[in-house]
Amino acid sequence: MRRVRLGLAAMAGALACLAVHGQEAPLDKWPSERGTDMVALQNGARTFVNYCLSCHSARLMRWNRLHDIGLDDKQIQQNLIFGGQRVTDTMTVAMQPTDAKVWFGKAPPDLSVIIRARNTVEHAGTDYVYTLLRGFYRDRSTQTGWNNVVYPSISMPNIFWELQGPREAMLTLVEQEEMVPAAGKGSPHEALMQTVSKFDADGNADAKRTELEHGEVGLTYVFKPIDPAAAKLVDEQVADLVAFLNWMSEPSAETRRRIGVWAIGFLVIFIAVGRWLNKAYWRDIH
Amino acid sequence: MGLHATPYKGLLGWIDARMPSLMQAYRTHMSEYYAPKNFNFWYFFGSFALMVLVIQIVSGILLAMRYKPDSQLAFWSVEHIMREVSGGWFIRYMHSTGASFFFIAVYLHMFRGMLYGSYKKPRELVWIFGALIFLCLMAESFFGYLLPWGQMSFWGAQVIINLFSSIPHIGDWIATLIRGDYVVGDATLNRFFSLHVVAVPLVLLALVVAHIFALHDVGSNNPDGVEIKERTDSQGRPLDGIPFHPYYTVHDLYGLGFFFLAYCAVLFFAPEVGGVFLEGNNFIPADPLQTPTHIAPLWYFTPYYSILRATTAEFVVWLAISAVALGAMIFLRVQQLWLRIAVAVWVVVAVALLVVPGVRLDPKLWGVVLMALSVLSFAALPWLDQSPVKSIRYRPGWHKILLGVFVVAFLVLGYLGMNPPTPTRTLVAQVCAALYFSFFFLMPWWSRMGSFKPVPDRVRYAAH
Repeated sequence: MRRVRLGLAAMAGALACLAVHGQEAPLDKWPSERGTDMVALQNGARTFVNYCLSCHSARLMRWNRLHDIGLDDKQIQQNLIFGGQRVTDTMTVAMQPTDAKVWFGKAPPDLSVIIRARNTVEHAGTDYVYTLLRGFYRDRSTQTGWNNVVYPSISMPNIFWELQGPREAMLTLVEQEEMVPAAGKGSPHEALMQTVSKFDADGNADAKRTELEHGEVGLTYVFKPIDPAAAKLVDEQVADLVAFLNWMSEPSAETRRRIGVWAIGFLVIFIAVGRWLNKAYWRDIH
Repeated sequence: MGLHATPYKGLLGWIDARMPSLMQAYRTHMSEYYAPKNFNFWYFFGSFALMVLVIQIVSGILLAMRYKPDSQLAFWSVEHIMREVSGGWFIRYMHSTGASFFFIAVYLHMFRGMLYGSYKKPRELVWIFGALIFLCLMAESFFGYLLPWGQMSFWGAQVIINLFSSIPHIGDWIATLIRGDYVVGDATLNRFFSLHVVAVPLVLLALVVAHIFALHDVGSNNPDGVEIKERTDSQGRPLDGIPFHPYYTVHDLYGLGFFFLAYCAVLFFAPEVGGVFLEGNNFIPADPLQTPTHIAPLWYFTPYYSILRATTAEFVVWLAISAVALGAMIFLRVQQLWLRIAVAVWVVVAVALLVVPGVRLDPKLWGVVLMALSVLSFAALPWLDQSPVKSIRYRPGWHKILLGVFVVAFLVLGYLGMNPPTPTRTLVAQVCAALYFSFFFLMPWWSRMGSFKPVPDRVRYAAH
């Protein structure tokens, strides 16, 4: 038992370390075709309102901007707004940030631009959030009883747990480690250590550490859902939710691209005219 | 006092009779400014830079109508512009894309100067004004980058301002003066806003005018590095010169089409350029309590930032060795006794401050010194370059290789500056920093070595 604890502690430390260095678990690819699919966006909006908006605000998002994804005022007012808000209000939450700090350790961030905030040179914010929301596993050692493969020790619980059903998780961490042998037995050396942690559906963990001959440093994981169909459904749900979050992070993106096509078209003509004008003037320079 | 005799008719004639300097300026700078006819691709970037300046001023004025320089509101007011102001996203992206394109245009414009020796006599002042514009531009973008008040804005400013506090004795006082507070906060944001929209643009505009006036007094250089004013016709017009207007106005108009094509491709289809032009972290409101895991300046500062980071305690030892070597080379080169004494004193002081325990300065401070030096080295080019010819076309082939090595070192430093350091990366950055400074400081020696080709009397030009 002691060894298991030690292994887990090492694992937690190493995971935090990995996160700090930006070497998170490999990210799943968000199905980007949903980004412009109105049905997916509307479904994502519904999921957002039902699952996220009770804790997270989207204070930059005005309800009636949902016109852009094909919803009218009546639909918005009747199906999406629960409190006393009007369609001209923004998506704020009733929860006080001070309460949130007490409950979760820190206030849940505003989600208006969360996808753009998670963009880095290495990965897209959409892939990150898509993997994060599907990357929860039961872990008794944390405060909420949940842990996450891309965001170790996350304060947020798994909001889709009921839909998803119980899942087992197996995390495999390979890292380069400095081995210090017992006194008088050889010199310190670098070794490739593999830690395999198995979490059952209740979050009980079992960790095994072995030394590897060769392998790649990093974290990989496998989830085993008890009800694969339910888990698959959650994947779909999250894909739509990410589509909505992505749309919300820049609602003018479609307009931007549409106008862009015209701008490029205009410039092609501009260049053609410019070229002709330039030729006409420079004809007499020898 | 009567009216000035005017050749113009109508309204223009009426104005010219009362204010002849207006049309005089038009003739001096446009219709009777004779530019060499052999300008190539590289000569577009000056007018591109001028175009971006106009874009930045116009879009900046519009942004300032909605932006709120208040630490509680700034972040949200930028997103407010992006969402609720009609066409706001377009104005904001014009400005953010423009900032990066300004540096692209200016870097390529500077590279053109290095290719064809445009800084050499008699154009030293043109180059000096250019170097001042470059410094101003860096200040302008640094102040402007704080304004969206995102995590990168805040922590980037924090890191850069802290550099000043490493100056002995007065450093903390300077840092506090810049911040207007003991931490980066509302006072900092307000003064940066003021500097960004009023002070620096005024200086920048004045310098641009000085840059162009100085250029038009001595005349433009060209890819052959031939002084076209030395061969003139009976009316004193350069034989190889053509009036700027209309020839180069239509030429630049055509070129601007391509510039706008690239600019619009970014603006409309990839305004973030994968996190290089607009960083993801900057979409998180500034949080003084949460330091981002990796802080890097925007891409156009990363080469100098890399040099700053590469200056470790071990690197300082190499710097001391280099200082002695460079000192010895200068010592042998100069003849006057007092100069030799001055060089010796300088080397002793530098070595003492670099490595002698007790007097040596913090390597971090040397990093700041090297970073400043890496930016200011460009300004010294007119005096560092001792080559008998201007253009790279008539210099020895291996000079091209050296220039290429410098460009590669600059780009590698830029790349490394965007990424978190590792031991290998730091070593590569140190090698590149050494190449970077060697290029400049050994230039008085290498630039006169090798066999130079004869420079023709007239420019080479093939009709379009």
